[in-house]
Amino acid sequence: MLKLPIYMDNHATTPLDPRVLEVMLPYLREDFGNASSRNHVFGWKAEAAVKKARQQVAELIGATDQEIVFTSGATESDNLAIKGVIEYYKSKGDHIITLKTEHKAILDTCKRLERVRQERLDELKLLRLGQLAERDVSPEEVAELAAKHDLENDATYKKWAELPTGGARVTYLDVEQDGRVNLEKLEEAMTPKTVLVSIMFANNEIGVVQPVAEIGALCRKKGVLFHCDAVQGIGKVPFDVEAMKVDLASITSHKMYGPKGIGALYVRRKPRVRIAPLIDGGGHERGMRSGTLNVAAIVGFGHAAQLAREELADEAARILRLREKLRKGLTDALDMTVLNGSLEHRLPGNLNISFAHAEGESLMMGIKDVAVSSGSACTSASLEPSYVLRALGVDEELAHSSIRFGLGRFTTEEEVDFVVNLVVDKVRKLRDMSPLYEMAKEGIDLKSIEWTAH
Amino acid sequence: MAYSDKVIDHYENPRNVGTMDKEDPNVGTGLVGAPACGDVMRLQLKISDDGLIEDARFKTFGCGSAIASSSLVTEWVKGKTVDQAMTISNKDVARELSLPPVKIHCSVLAEDAIKAAIEDFKKKRAARKAQAS
Repeated sequence: MLKLPIYMDNHATTPLDPRVLEVMLPYLREDFGNASSRNHVFGWKAEAAVKKARQQVAELIGATDQEIVFTSGATESDNLAIKGVIEYYKSKGDHIITLKTEHKAILDTCKRLERVRQERLDELKLLRLGQLAERDVSPEEVAELAAKHDLENDATYKKWAELPTGGARVTYLDVEQDGRVNLEKLEEAMTPKTVLVSIMFANNEIGVVQPVAEIGALCRKKGVLFHCDAVQGIGKVPFDVEAMKVDLASITSHKMYGPKGIGALYVRRKPRVRIAPLIDGGGHERGMRSGTLNVAAIVGFGHAAQLAREELADEAARILRLREKLRKGLTDALDMTVLNGSLEHRLPGNLNISFAHAEGESLMMGIKDVAVSSGSACTSASLEPSYVLRALGVDEELAHSSIRFGLGRFTTEEEVDFVVNLVVDKVRKLRDMSPLYEMAKEGIDLKSIEWTAH
Repeated sequence: MAYSDKVIDHYENPRNVGTMDKEDPNVGTGLVGAPACGDVMRLQLKISDDGLIEDARFKTFGCGSAIASSSLVTEWVKGKTVDQAMTISNKDVARELSLPPVKIHCSVLAEDAIKAAIEDFKKKRAARKAQAS
């Protein structure tokens, strides 16, 4: 018997696997010890449980347990990787290369580092112009005086500007139409100041899987560190830090049927990668992340990682079959649909599709018993449609008409059949009341019309 | 985001969806919004020679609030004179549907659609008169 509502938004989060909950429970009850307590059995039990979980997480990605740093989740891992590398390697360089389609945890971290650098340069400009003008200079005068003294070509200022600022310069690379990075463009973007490349494993909106092994090989050849936000792909597609030459990788538990609030940063030991911590304190996690360990969540994360590793092959095949059934069911019944991103290089559970001339939010309203997500601006706080779809060159109208389906471990065939019928019905209903669909059917080129933007 | 009951009602049972012959001299067509912005409304009004709105039809590409706003105004304008319809404001629409601040632009679009449709009708009539004289 089909149960409503149906959850098909497994990129946002996944339900906790009941087997994971089971192993966590003792650590929320009698085994409550602090893993740092070295002199009694409560502490020893907690420490042993954490050690086991660390091994389980390490094994999933081909790492050793000493390379796993537990964090509160992937956002923290991303922040720690980027800010930690930039701070630690500041004397080596300050240039980061990333993609326009990265998660906000990467993009906003990079933007902050750019701001830090800019603020430092602004201070230096004030200082230098003060020297050149031989008086105090106010920020309002900078533009005028900089032109007068030709500051950009001033040897002293240029020397100062090359000193570490605490921030970074960032290159945001475009992706190809299929959502993948162009390796030649990546190599071209590298400079002697490049210290870090941060490119995700799989995209959270379109499920496109990046050529991680090729990126890793290139970075190793160039002597640049490679951080991979691997949140969406791990446990769904094989991922191995050795084979792929990844130096740092962000992982989170709640995208692989574990609890929320726990994640990890993989930090390579050989050759050694160093990071400065963001959180100082008791020196936990080998000084890279202080704070009492969340033992129950770590135990759950570890077990979720073990299940993901053991069941990956069967699960990926099963989910892929369901995804294809969903995709074919929708595209066979409906005209004017567009798949966003590569079909070949894609997570098995992801389908991101635009139903031209049917707006995404109203479609979601029509299928309210099915939890999905949309690239429509109406579903977000900003008025812009999905920046990921826009980076692929997807037309704005189609971005507004996109729906992301995320299938997972607990998705059933019955649910897929139900969703196909429901979505087809609602798209047809919306198109029946869409002036754009009517015009497109009449052969009117919608681009030829002068629209009144508002 | 939660929708008001009235928005849901108009979304699930939209009134007066359809297309009129835009070549008909008594039909005024207003097409407002832009696909890139995620909302396009087309409102068509059948207006008698003495300026009474006899019928209205809409088609809308947009979110639930945009569909509800256009559905609502088709109900409101029917039976009104052109001058009366011109006084319908976006605030009336937003209040009736309890639209949240982020959806106010949907009601603005509905008001614009009424004005654009009446404008179109007036232009047609002026062109007809010019031809006749």
